[in-house]
Amino acid sequence: MEQGAARLVPPPPIMVVSRVLRGFAVVLLLALALAGPARAQGEGGPIPALATTNFDELSRAIERLALSGHPQALPIVEALRDGRLMFRQEDRAVFWRDPAGAMRDAATGEVAAGVAAGGLRPLRLNNRVRRAIDAAVGALSLSNADPRVRLAAAERVFRSRDPEAIPALDSQLARETDARIRRAMEAARAAAILASDRAEPEKVAAVSVIAARGDLDARGLLAGLTGASPVVADAAAAAVAAIDRRQAMVRIVQDVYYGISLGSVLLLAAIGLAVTFGTMGVINMAHGEMVMLGAYTTFVVQEAIRNHAPHLFDWSLAFAVPLAFLVSALAGAIVERTIIRFLYGRPLETLLATFGLSLVLQQAVRTIFGPNNREVGNPSWMSGAFEIADITITWNRLWIIVFAAVVLFGLMLVLRRTAFGLAMRAVTQNRRMAASMGIRTPWVDCATFALGSGVAGLAGVALSQIDNVSPNLGQSYIIDSFMVVVFGGVGNLWGTLVAAMTLGVVNKLLEPVAGAVLGKIVVLVLLVLFIQRKPRGLFPLKGRAVEN
Amino acid sequence: MNLSRRSLLVGGAALAAAGTLASPAILRAQTGPIRIGVLHSLSGTMAISETTLKDVMLMLVEEQNKKGGVLGRRIEPVVVDPASNWPLFAERARELISVQRVSAVFGCWTSVSRKSVLPVFEELNNILFYPVQYEGEESSKNIFYTGAAPNQQAIPAVDYLAAEEKVQRWALLGTDYVYPRTTNRILDAYLKQKGVAADDIMVNYTPFGHSDWQSIVAQVKRFGSAGKKTAVVSTINGDANVPFYKELANQGIKATDIPVVAFSVGEEELAGIDTAPLVGHLAAWNYFMSVDTPINKEFIKTWHAFIKNTRRPTNDPMEAHVIGFNMWLEAVKKAGTTEADPVIDALIGVAVPNLTGGISTMMPNHHITKPVLIGEVQADGQFNTVWQTPGTVVGDEWSDYLEGSKDLIADWRAPMRCGNFNVRTGRCGGG
Repeated sequence: MEQGAARLVPPPPIMVVSRVLRGFAVVLLLALALAGPARAQGEGGPIPALATTNFDELSRAIERLALSGHPQALPIVEALRDGRLMFRQEDRAVFWRDPAGAMRDAATGEVAAGVAAGGLRPLRLNNRVRRAIDAAVGALSLSNADPRVRLAAAERVFRSRDPEAIPALDSQLARETDARIRRAMEAARAAAILASDRAEPEKVAAVSVIAARGDLDARGLLAGLTGASPVVADAAAAAVAAIDRRQAMVRIVQDVYYGISLGSVLLLAAIGLAVTFGTMGVINMAHGEMVMLGAYTTFVVQEAIRNHAPHLFDWSLAFAVPLAFLVSALAGAIVERTIIRFLYGRPLETLLATFGLSLVLQQAVRTIFGPNNREVGNPSWMSGAFEIADITITWNRLWIIVFAAVVLFGLMLVLRRTAFGLAMRAVTQNRRMAASMGIRTPWVDCATFALGSGVAGLAGVALSQIDNVSPNLGQSYIIDSFMVVVFGGVGNLWGTLVAAMTLGVVNKLLEPVAGAVLGKIVVLVLLVLFIQRKPRGLFPLKGRAVEN
Repeated sequence: MNLSRRSLLVGGAALAAAGTLASPAILRAQTGPIRIGVLHSLSGTMAISETTLKDVMLMLVEEQNKKGGVLGRRIEPVVVDPASNWPLFAERARELISVQRVSAVFGCWTSVSRKSVLPVFEELNNILFYPVQYEGEESSKNIFYTGAAPNQQAIPAVDYLAAEEKVQRWALLGTDYVYPRTTNRILDAYLKQKGVAADDIMVNYTPFGHSDWQSIVAQVKRFGSAGKKTAVVSTINGDANVPFYKELANQGIKATDIPVVAFSVGEEELAGIDTAPLVGHLAAWNYFMSVDTPINKEFIKTWHAFIKNTRRPTNDPMEAHVIGFNMWLEAVKKAGTTEADPVIDALIGVAVPNLTGGISTMMPNHHITKPVLIGEVQADGQFNTVWQTPGTVVGDEWSDYLEGSKDLIADWRAPMRCGNFNVRTGRCGGG
C-alpha cells in the first residue's frame, strides 16, 4: 500500500528548498507548541504526541487532542480516521493530506509546501484507536451547522459515554431546535452522566431517559452498568426488563418480516419454474442456470458502466433488468428448440438432459468468467438500512420484496390479459383443440419456455444483489424452486406465491429456535408430510384437463 | 471355455511382456523428470479457492526448473481435477500415485477431501502436503500439514480479543462441517477454562452457501446487547462469507461495536466485496499479502508476472504451498532420492524461510512452526497487521483443551514413529 502511495506522488523537489522548509516547519511547530492552549500538557503539546505507531499512545493522544480545544483538532482527527494523517519520522512533525491532495501542517492547518507524502509515514489504526476517534469526532462536532452531523455526533457520544462531553451537550441542548437531535443528545447526555460521578438522583433520571429509547443499544448500556449504587442498579434492572418485554414483541414481527423477505427470494427463484414446469410440465434442471445467466448479465452491465459511464452506476439495474430478461429468454428459446422439444412427454429424459445442460452452462460460465465470485455492487439506493420500531430493514431486501411483487403481477397480466397468454393457456389445457383452432403450438411452446427462462433471468438480477455471483449460483436455488412450485400446486401462480411466503416465514420462525440447518430439515420433513396428504399441493388445478 | 482360456494365456503373455518392458521404463524414470502431483479442484464449489493454489504450484515448479530443478532433474507437475467431489479426490490421488508415479502430492482444501485421500496415501506410501488451516486432531505418517493447527490461529485470535478488545461474550458462528465444529469445540473448552460463563458463549451453524443472514445477524445484535463487550468468532467458510459481511455492513454492525474475527476469510474472499464498511473486522492468519518483507515483495512480484495480472491477491494457503514445496526440495536434496520413506524421514527438521521474514521448521509431528498474525480489514481489501506473536508457534496436532486428545502426541521420528502416542498410558494407539 505504501509502495502504491509512493508511486502516485511526484518526485520530491530540490533538496535544499525542502530542507529549509522543513526547518521552517519545525520552528513553526515549536512556536505553536509553546504558545499552545494551557490545557495541553506534557512535552510538545497534543499534536506531536500523535506521531506514534503504538496504538495505546495514539488513542490517548487523540483523547488529549479532543480535550485541548486546539483549533485544528477536528480536521486532524477526521484525517486520521480517513487514513490521511502522516508523520515525519525524524522530528515527529504531523501533516495531513486534504482532499485536493495538498499536504497541510497539522499544527496550523496551513498548506505545507515542499512536504511530500512519500517521505512520511501514514498513521495506522486499530479498533481501539477508531473508538477514540469516534468519541473525539462526536464531542467535537456537536455544534456543527449540519443537522445530520450533529445527529451522528450525538450517537457517537451515546456510544463513547464520555463524561467530558456533558458541558458541550448542555450548551448545545440549550439552543437545539430539531426534536430528533434533541432526543439523541438527551440520550447521549444521560449515557455520559451514568459514566460520570454525578449524584444519584441525576443518574436515576438518566436511566429513565435511556430506557425510553427502548432499543438494543439502550439495553446494552443499562445491562452493562457496573459499580452503580443500589438505587441506580434497581432502576436499570427494571428498565432492562421493560426493554426485554418490548423486544420480545419486536422479535416476532422481525422474524415474520425476515420470513417474507426470504419468501420473496424463493418466489423470484421459483416463478420462472412455475411457468416452465408448472404449465408446460418440463422438469427443467437448468432453471437455476438461467438465474445465473441473469446474474452474470448484471455483472457485465455493471462492468461496462463502471468502465464507460461511472456516473450511471445507480441506474445499472435499470439496464440490467431488460437485458437479463432477453439473455435468459434467448438461452431458453435455444434450449427449447435444440433439446427440449424432442423430449416432450418423456420426463425422465428431460430431467437428465437438462441436468447435463446445467453442468455444461456452469462450466461454460466458469471458463469465460473464471471460477471466482464476481463483484456485483449495490446501487446506493439499495445499500444500508433503516429502522422502524426497532426492526432493522435493509434496503436491498425491501426492494427485492417489491421487485418480486412486480414480477409476479406482471407475469399474471401477461398470462391473463394478452393474446399470447391466452394461446399459452389454451395449449396447456388442450393441445389438440388449440392446434385445431389455428394456434401454432410449437411456437407457443418455445415462447412459453423462453418466458419462463426470461423470468428466471430477472430473478438473477435480484439475487446478484444479495448472493454471490458465481457459477454455482443457480445450483443453490434449484431445489428450493421445485419445492415451492410443488408445494403451491403445479400450474398456479397464486399457489406459488402462498407457498413461497409460507416456506419463508416458517423457515425464519424456526431458524432462531432450531438453527439454520435443523430448521431447513424440519421444513423439508413438514413438506414431505404435506405432499403425502395432498400430492397436488396447496391449490391443485381442477377439471378434465388435469385428469389426462 | 476354450476361448476364455486362450484369452487368459494371451493376457498372461501380454503381462509378461509388459513386465520386461517396464524395467527400462523404471530406469528411465531415474534420469527423467521428477513428477509431482497437484490435486486441487478446478471445477465445482471449491474451484474458487483451489484454482489459485494450482497456479501457485505451477509457478513454483517453473521457478525451480529455471534454477535447474532438483537432483539435476527437471520437475514435472501433473495436474488433475477432483472437481470438488470428495470421493473423486481419493480416485485422483490413486491415479497420481499408481499411474502417474508422482513423488509427492500438493493438494486438498477441505478437511473432508483430506480425510478422503488419507487412506490412499497411507496405503500406497506417498507424501501429501496439505496447505490449509484445519481443525487438528489428526496425524499421519504420509501427510505434512503446512497450514495452521487451531493453536496457530484460533486460540491466539481469541487471546488477542480478550486482551486488546476486552471481549467477554463470544458468538461462535460457523459453517456446518468438521472444521468449524471441531474448532468451536476447542474454543468452547478453552474459553470455559479461562472462566467465561456458558451463557456468554453462543454457537450457531449454517449450511454451506447460506445466503440469508438477516435473522442470524439480528440474533448476534441481540446477543451483543447484554452490556458486555461482544465479538464474533467466524469459521464461516467459502461463498457464505460475502452475504454475511454484506448483511453486517447493511445492518450497521461496525468493528468498533462487535468485531468479527474470521479464520477462513483472506484476501481472495474479500476481493468480491466492498470492504469500506468492514474496516476493522479481523482475521487471524500466518501470512498477509500486506506483510512488508523483501521476500514477500519478491514473491508477489513473481506471482503477478506469472499470472499476468497485477490485481490478483496472494493469501495464506499460497504461502503454505511455498513453504511446503521448499521443504520438499530441501528434503529431497538431503535424502538424495525422491523415494517416499527417506524423504519423509528427511523432512523432519528441515527449516526454510517463510514469507513473513522468519524461518519455518518441520516438526516431528509433521506440523510446522509459524508466526500468528492478527490483521484488520482495510478499505482496499488488504489486512493491516495489528498484532503478531513474538516468534513462531509450533503446530499442536492434538488439542490440549479436548478430553481424549490432550494426552496424545505425535512423533514420527524413529524409534517412536507414532501419530497418537498416549503420554499417560505410554502406549501408541490413542486413548
